[in-house]
Amino acid sequence: MTPWLKRAGRRFGTVAGLIGLCLLLWALTPHFLTIANALNVMEQTAINAIVAVGMTYVIIAGGIDLSVGSLVAFSGVTLAAALKAGWPAAGAVAVALTVGALSGFVNGAVISFGRLPPFIMTLGMMSVARGAALLFTDGRPISGFGAGFRSIATGRVLGVPAPIVLTLVIYGVAHVGLSRTRFGRYVYGIGGNEEATRLSGVAVRFHKTMVYVVSGVASAVAAVLLTARLNTAQPIAGIMYELDAIAATVIGGTSLSGGEGTLAGTLIGALTMAVLRNGLNLLGVSSFLQQLVIGVVIIVAVLVDLMIKERRA
Amino acid sequence: MTLQGGGAVLEMRAISKAFPGVVALDGVDFHLRAGEVHVLLGENGAGKSTLMKILSGAYGRDAGEIVLDGQPVIISSPRDAQVLGIATMYQELSLVPQLTVAENILLGHEPARAGVINRAKLRESARRALQDVGLDVDPDRRVDRLGIAEQQMVEVAKALFRRARVLVMDEPTSALTAREIQRLFDVIRRVTASGVAVVYISHRMRELAEIGTRVTVLRDGRAVGTFPLSDISFDALIRLMANREVRDHFPRRRRAPGNELLRLEHLSAVSGVHDVSLTVRQGEIVGLAGLLGAGRTELARVVFGADPSSGGRVLMHGREITPKTPRDAIAAGIGLLPEDRKRQGLVLALSVCENIGLPSLARWSRLGIVSDRREWAAAERWVTDLRIKTPSVAERVVRLSGGTQQKVVLARWLAADARLLVMDEPTRGVDVGAKVEIYELMNRLTDAGAGILMISSELPEVLGMSDRIYVMRHGRIQAELDATAATEERVLQAALGLAS
Repeated sequence: MTPWLKRAGRRFGTVAGLIGLCLLLWALTPHFLTIANALNVMEQTAINAIVAVGMTYVIIAGGIDLSVGSLVAFSGVTLAAALKAGWPAAGAVAVALTVGALSGFVNGAVISFGRLPPFIMTLGMMSVARGAALLFTDGRPISGFGAGFRSIATGRVLGVPAPIVLTLVIYGVAHVGLSRTRFGRYVYGIGGNEEATRLSGVAVRFHKTMVYVVSGVASAVAAVLLTARLNTAQPIAGIMYELDAIAATVIGGTSLSGGEGTLAGTLIGALTMAVLRNGLNLLGVSSFLQQLVIGVVIIVAVLVDLMIKERRA
Repeated sequence: MTLQGGGAVLEMRAISKAFPGVVALDGVDFHLRAGEVHVLLGENGAGKSTLMKILSGAYGRDAGEIVLDGQPVIISSPRDAQVLGIATMYQELSLVPQLTVAENILLGHEPARAGVINRAKLRESARRALQDVGLDVDPDRRVDRLGIAEQQMVEVAKALFRRARVLVMDEPTSALTAREIQRLFDVIRRVTASGVAVVYISHRMRELAEIGTRVTVLRDGRAVGTFPLSDISFDALIRLMANREVRDHFPRRRRAPGNELLRLEHLSAVSGVHDVSLTVRQGEIVGLAGLLGAGRTELARVVFGADPSSGGRVLMHGREITPKTPRDAIAAGIGLLPEDRKRQGLVLALSVCENIGLPSLARWSRLGIVSDRREWAAAERWVTDLRIKTPSVAERVVRLSGGTQQKVVLARWLAADARLLVMDEPTRGVDVGAKVEIYELMNRLTDAGAGILMISSELPEVLGMSDRIYVMRHGRIQAELDATAATEERVLQAALGLAS
């Protein structure tokens, strides 16, 4: 089918970048291309990749969500508190997901019905949720959970680490949601031309609100994974996650002006960032320099993507 | 500044300009004398704006020359025009609202030393410029604190400060009260007395007689004639503006209308619709004529639920539906082809199929999952049926021509089972061949029992395609006419408020 090929072509630059990066690191360090390291990279990327799912929905719909990192912390500490109170793991996870969904709902409702710019609303929520997490815990981490809960991060499914399986399942579901459902179509419509979509009879404000709910839930899922992995929930967790998620999304070819993008692209974007970090670590590059290099890569990746798109247009 | 007595300060000779599918100007001559107010008159689409855009450097010209003070000049950008002293004031003002009056007048010409603005000098220069137009406002007031009339006069002051010799004013009084209009006229008289020539575009006939010196009438991209306003009657002007093109170009198949489909009862909206009552029957095309800003698009948006109504009712098949959102209207069987396809009609980045499907996805999906098969099948069907020229239904609509895009919007509403189509300028930006196809589709739709409410600023189209015509003016229905008996003169008179 030609549209599929065309879309693949549009993403080719990103894929080629990731493969090139892998080849380069393979040549530079023997430890890179081992199964152990590959699984490690994927595990490392799981949290950012999951947060980026929500970010991709939001950005395709023409918005932005700066509150995701704080929502990871906020839903993480509520999760931990529920576990500490003796709730079963499933119940505690449900609490975290509800907290994420409600926070996202507040974001979305104020943006859609109060017409506040998404940047401002989620910037405010970033501070509100962070403050809530700190107040709730009095600034202290909550740690020490049962093995059952921690198996979300430490377990294996058919030999594959659970976080990787979880990530792939989430991407599978979210991809179907974006490409096959009415909701997904409306997300593209709203980001591409909100007025035309409204005049087509789509309940734009409702669907726009739901996009932020998706983002809040994705942050909560990431919080579950993070808490299980670290065996602790920190009120200061998730700082700068919003930037990593935005970077993964735009490296993956999603347009910040909305209406365009795919989750497959975002997954590749998240992997690119993880591979880069991993490779720089293996090469013994200082974390200060790493920060700098990653910034440059984000800028170059998006520049190249823009140039390719312009040539095609 | 040299005044050349009665001679032309500016001559536009044999100006021609074509857009894809349309000849906008065909050998137009236009002579402007120093110190006169020269009125440009013509129907919507007659070429007034195009001619002035060429003069102001916004458009290039295909043929002809522009002569200023006997010297041929080249105007290839708005900047060229400004340097030559040609200033244009559009309906949307071009001031920076957050800056002061003085800052706006001297924008780009601030008296400064080492980059630091000399505020005293700035204020002084601005005060002199304001005196020249006789406007008494504080140069330190922010422009957004001024009324529209004062803002317009600030624009005049700004143009004169830049040594403008030709001022083009496009519908300058459309937002003004009667008293403000008089003040603006005082300013115009003052600047023309100093030798500046004014080109004045307006539809308000009574004003023209008051302020204008001469008038040039344009029709279908040609200059029909130039006359002193003191020598010519309104009736004669209207006859000149009216287009006598043969109606056979419009393949309307009229038929006996069926049952009533849409009824508006005393519909009003704050967006500019006042007490509108009308009906559309099955199989009928009802034309909505009027000047730009008469409230036709606003009416269409209220009928479709895109803007709220403030009073009155909308009925479909005799049942009240008064829509609050487009969803309500769509559910009642109404579809809107908006005036601005690209901004309001289509999601350009999505495919033909996805654009057609937007309002109908609920019917083609189960548990929220869209059935690709059913969506594609429906899209394919309408693409074939309407002969939409696209390589495939997966093509993004941004790549399609204007006429094809319009058909995609139409297909969307047919797929959604719309029984009443509100078409706002259905053939704008569409080439001649595609126009005829769209007319043919309108015939087929009405043959099948649909009703169409058509807004059009092209009088021949309104007269040629409608069965009945309502003429709007200032948000109200001014007249209802039977299309077979209506003439362009009648419609124009009603639209201009001169109906007897």
